[in-house]
Amino acid sequence: MTAEIIGAYATALCLFIGAGFALVGVIGLLKFNDPMTRLHAPTKVGTVGIGMLLLASIVHSVLLGETSIHESLIMAFLFVTAPISANFIAKVSIHRKACETPPSPPLDDTWSTLIAPETDQATDGGTQR
Amino acid sequence: MARAFHWLIPHPLLTLILAVVWTLLQNEVSAGMVVFGIILGIVIPWATSIWWPDTPKGFRLGKMISYSVLVIWDILVANVQVAWIVLTVPNAKLKPAWIVVPLELRKPEAITVLAGTITLTPGTVSADLSDQGHSLLVHVLHTDDPDAARDEIKTRYERRLKEIFS
Repeated sequence: MTAEIIGAYATALCLFIGAGFALVGVIGLLKFNDPMTRLHAPTKVGTVGIGMLLLASIVHSVLLGETSIHESLIMAFLFVTAPISANFIAKVSIHRKACETPPSPPLDDTWSTLIAPETDQATDGGTQR
Repeated sequence: MARAFHWLIPHPLLTLILAVVWTLLQNEVSAGMVVFGIILGIVIPWATSIWWPDTPKGFRLGKMISYSVLVIWDILVANVQVAWIVLTVPNAKLKPAWIVVPLELRKPEAITVLAGTITLTPGTVSADLSDQGHSLLVHVLHTDDPDAARDEIKTRYERRLKEIFS
């Protein structure tokens, strides 16, 4: 009986923390006003937010006696794919010059995103802002 | 024997991961599903072998596991910090910055792991790599001292990754 109560509270606590972090991610997405800073809030806070929700799911399934741990796969795939989507968004904002232009690298010529045909860069700089 | 093993399982770690993922997807451990997972773990690397140019040499699994634990702890701590920044720092006082991290790592796998780590750790996003791959462009959400942030990435993550992919 006590184990059930502790499990129920643990599930509720995990859900609460996860939902809280997801809320902070949404607030950040709405509050910041620059594409690059805006990128920080959802991609980051999302990892722990979703992680806690999945942990709640695991704890609840253990509590019901039908242990299921394939939620950990969602976590693993999320950790592998989240940096890639964040990197793509960052590259797009650098390419479209939607953010402050980054300082040039000390050793090499330029950043790889900025290597683009001149025609491409001209249209991007002129029409997209 | 060793050659036959290498011919059958060119990427042992990939085979293991595929078998574990398959078993996890079934959400129950039964002998049949484990065997099927191992069959998949042998067939998939063989079918996709032309896209695996060469196996990275000198990968230290033990240090990678301790590194993963460190990164997960950092993600938890930094999530709270970023949540605090999002909720308390007004837009006008926010100090985002670009920082350039000069790379000592040369292996593509190592740089990929470093960039992924930087992105997963809240407050920093790795945005771009220079054309020859000697430096990494990182965007920091809020920092008073960009140089300190750069040094922390170098000492905390890059030094450990150099040991893992040595």
